[in-house]
Amino acid sequence: MAIDRRLLKNFDWITFGAVVLLAIIGILTIASATRPAIEGAGRPDFYFKQIIWLAFSVLALLLVVAVDYIWLQRFAYIIYGLGLVLLLLVLVAGKSSLGAQRWITIGPLSFQPSEFFRLAFLAGFCSYLAGSQGRLTWPGVIGFAVVPLALIIKQPDLGTAILLLSLFVVLCLAKGLNRKLIALLVVLSLLAAPFFGHIFWEGLKEYQKNRLVAFLDPDVDPAGIGYQINQSKITIGSGAFFGKGYQQGTQGPLRFLPEKHTDFIFAVFAEEWGFAGSLVLISLYLVLFLRGVDTALKAKDEYGRLVATGITAMFFIYFSVNISMTLGMMPVVGVPLPFVSYGGTALLSNFIAAGILIGIRTRRFELFYPQIW
Amino acid sequence: MQRALQIFSLVILTVVGVLAFRLFELQVYDGGRYLKLSEENRFRVMKIPAPRGIIYDRNEIPLVENVPLFSVSIVPDSSRLPDFKALAKLLALDEAEVEGEITKKGRSPFVPIRLKQGLDFAEVARIEAHKSDFPGLFIETDIGREYPLGKVAAHLIGYLGRIPPGQSGNPEFRNLPPDAMIGQWGVEKMYDRDLRGTPGERVIEVNALGRELRLIRENQPAVGKDVHLSIDIGIQKAVEHSFGDKAGALVALNPNTGEVLALESLPSFDPNVFTQGIKPSDWKSLMDNKKKPMLNRALQSQYPPGSTFKIVTAIAALEEGVIDPSAKVTCTGGLTHGGHTFGCWKKGGHGPVDLHQAIVGSCDVYFYELGRRLGIEKLHKWAAAFGIGKETGLGLIRERQGLMPSAEWKKEKQKIPWYLGDTFISSIGQGAVTATPIQMAQMMSWVASGGKLYRPTLIKGEYEPSAVLALKPDTIRRVRAALHGVVNEGGGTGKNAFSAIVPVGGKTGTAQVVGKAHGRSGEQYLDHAWFVAFAPTDKPELAMAVFVEHGGGGGAVAAPIAKAAIEAYFGPKKRAGQPEKKPAEEKAASAEGGGIH
Repeated sequence: MAIDRRLLKNFDWITFGAVVLLAIIGILTIASATRPAIEGAGRPDFYFKQIIWLAFSVLALLLVVAVDYIWLQRFAYIIYGLGLVLLLLVLVAGKSSLGAQRWITIGPLSFQPSEFFRLAFLAGFCSYLAGSQGRLTWPGVIGFAVVPLALIIKQPDLGTAILLLSLFVVLCLAKGLNRKLIALLVVLSLLAAPFFGHIFWEGLKEYQKNRLVAFLDPDVDPAGIGYQINQSKITIGSGAFFGKGYQQGTQGPLRFLPEKHTDFIFAVFAEEWGFAGSLVLISLYLVLFLRGVDTALKAKDEYGRLVATGITAMFFIYFSVNISMTLGMMPVVGVPLPFVSYGGTALLSNFIAAGILIGIRTRRFELFYPQIW
Repeated sequence: MQRALQIFSLVILTVVGVLAFRLFELQVYDGGRYLKLSEENRFRVMKIPAPRGIIYDRNEIPLVENVPLFSVSIVPDSSRLPDFKALAKLLALDEAEVEGEITKKGRSPFVPIRLKQGLDFAEVARIEAHKSDFPGLFIETDIGREYPLGKVAAHLIGYLGRIPPGQSGNPEFRNLPPDAMIGQWGVEKMYDRDLRGTPGERVIEVNALGRELRLIRENQPAVGKDVHLSIDIGIQKAVEHSFGDKAGALVALNPNTGEVLALESLPSFDPNVFTQGIKPSDWKSLMDNKKKPMLNRALQSQYPPGSTFKIVTAIAALEEGVIDPSAKVTCTGGLTHGGHTFGCWKKGGHGPVDLHQAIVGSCDVYFYELGRRLGIEKLHKWAAAFGIGKETGLGLIRERQGLMPSAEWKKEKQKIPWYLGDTFISSIGQGAVTATPIQMAQMMSWVASGGKLYRPTLIKGEYEPSAVLALKPDTIRRVRAALHGVVNEGGGTGKNAFSAIVPVGGKTGTAQVVGKAHGRSGEQYLDHAWFVAFAPTDKPELAMAVFVEHGGGGGAVAAPIAKAAIEAYFGPKKRAGQPEKKPAEEKAASAEGGGIH
């Protein structure tokens, strides 16, 4: 496979730089968050695993950039179909953790299919939208909204469900689908909300219900269900303006903050680097998002535009849900901070998504479909 | 589509802006508060109780003991909520009680909640073994207090209790652990600041599971100061024994210093009941007890001193020069004045008596005559000079003042003028005259010292120079000799206080109980018995007052108790060092007593 020189010339260094920088910040913060409370005790190797995953992820990103995204469009439905099969597999043969069935183990590898399903969904749905004549049909709604949501809520994976629903709406809006239909959808979902809300509430596992209650009033029971939110706020707030300094945070290592290196990694970062550091981190994300929107605007075709919008929206939704949750502005829904939280599957899939994004920007001047070699 | 993307950019900028604002709010605006919370998360401050000072009697006998007191507490916030059922079972407590205590609203997080105290060793071992099942559960070691003497001197020594709920904000108790035991009664309360010491502090870094990770800082406690009382516990024991189940009080002082040698109030209570937090039922039974065991009768009960007051009247008459001590007054068993007969206790009368004989036989008629010659004004002046009607200022507990009536007092209180009859009954310590046992002991002490007015003090060797009441040497000599006669002469009313160990002087007294005159009987209508005494009569080292509530006659009931107390004090001294001195003292005593035996 020959790499086109134009790929190097037009390579999107800004997006690439932003995500690699975020991942490095992530590894440093994971190392700090998981350091032992007692001096001399061994440090768990979470950060080292994440370094290995980062290496693979960067390779995967470059590989994805090298392959034209036209292939993604051509195999979109097959990829989406495979994604659905994986979701089914999780339900049948998945491993559960914390009451949720999200993991699949193949040999020594454990991974979360929903991490990859998001990409399959983007590939498939964008392809569907690009081919539609500005109209949303019932088979489309059922195939890209009802079926996957049903499978994911069954797991249950609240974070991914919210993400998919949001992506569905965002992409419909981006496509500029007939306003009447969207209005109808909004009205219908508003009407159905109490009904579905009930089913949703009943379908929630106990810990999810607790999280919602705790969000509504964290002081109800500071040592119980409100614990995570309270401790997260204490962790972030105690960083004050300049932070406690790298590896000087106390909330994580002393285990006051749960899920310190995954969902609550931002709190650990904010404790050690303070308001100043948090602003820098948020700015990095802002660069990533605005660059993503710009890529969508400059994409050479509609599929590229839709996929770039979807990926940017996905990063943005994860980011805002995760940060608002750690800041106590949202219930705890178990969404990781993209590129920073510990988790190999998520890092890999996010880097693949970033690769697709870079690919779309890199190829914005290519007017013709490349040769099939 | 371009417009949709522009809107998307706006949404992104808005959301990031809102998040940045929220970060500002948490980290900059509220940063200090959260920083403090994170420190409180991290550190557990444990107070190390200071060993309390020991209270000794004048012979260095310890009156209290420090014993380890184990209790179990929990820091619930870091533990999430424990399994209440299992916890209740482990501590042998009621499940609902444990749950209620831990989940009580308004608790500040991270402050240990004490679940049970006074654990025995088996309980400590069991809890230690299962501690890891209940994060945040830990054993605390306090220093408890034991009172090996039980009821003896309980009013004096006092007891410890928790800081009362309303008092926790008192600056006096700042720096004390929330469950600290402080002095609540007696010397434990009065000298609490000295005895208490300064608690140490151990700051430990803990993790969220309450596991102690490392010691950050430790300040050793400063041991409380010992208190050396002037009390002789031997007297207290003897008094407790000889009172039997009667109610009353005894106060003994060293007339040469004012040191309190004994201060007993009965019935008493067992201070050990209080040290581990008194049960409501025990408290109620103490409060409801008709004999009022929580009343310190030595300082808080006031009664007419009866004939013991005649000492004051006699001194007043001698000092004012209104009598010739050898002139006789004839007692026919009563004195009629204004159509009213003021009787003498001896129905047949004493016949002609001089001052000495009047005191020895406690002749009322003689003292009516002294009262008539003195007038209430002078009598009041001398009673006040001997401390009647004013607190002694011992400080152990709030004292009653007693009362010495005067014409002004009667006019103000009863709106009627003073009559000579009032003077008569006042001069024999009846009517409106009242005094507390400690006042009578102080009076006796001041007479025994020949006018050196030492204030009562509880601390050994710690007394102030006395004020001096200038009395004629003749007055002192005559009164002492008469008081010696009361105990040692044939017709003396205080013969029951006679001791073969040491020459004793004293005076009996009987306070009439209203109702007895109306022919009622029963214990509650018995007279109150008094006896004031000092010894040895030639060179007094001890002065005391005994009061027996509804005891009957002073000579019959109170004098034997005084004797027991005096012998408890002087007996060991004689045995220890000066056995050869005894005959000499007896000789001196008989010389003073006029040789009548």
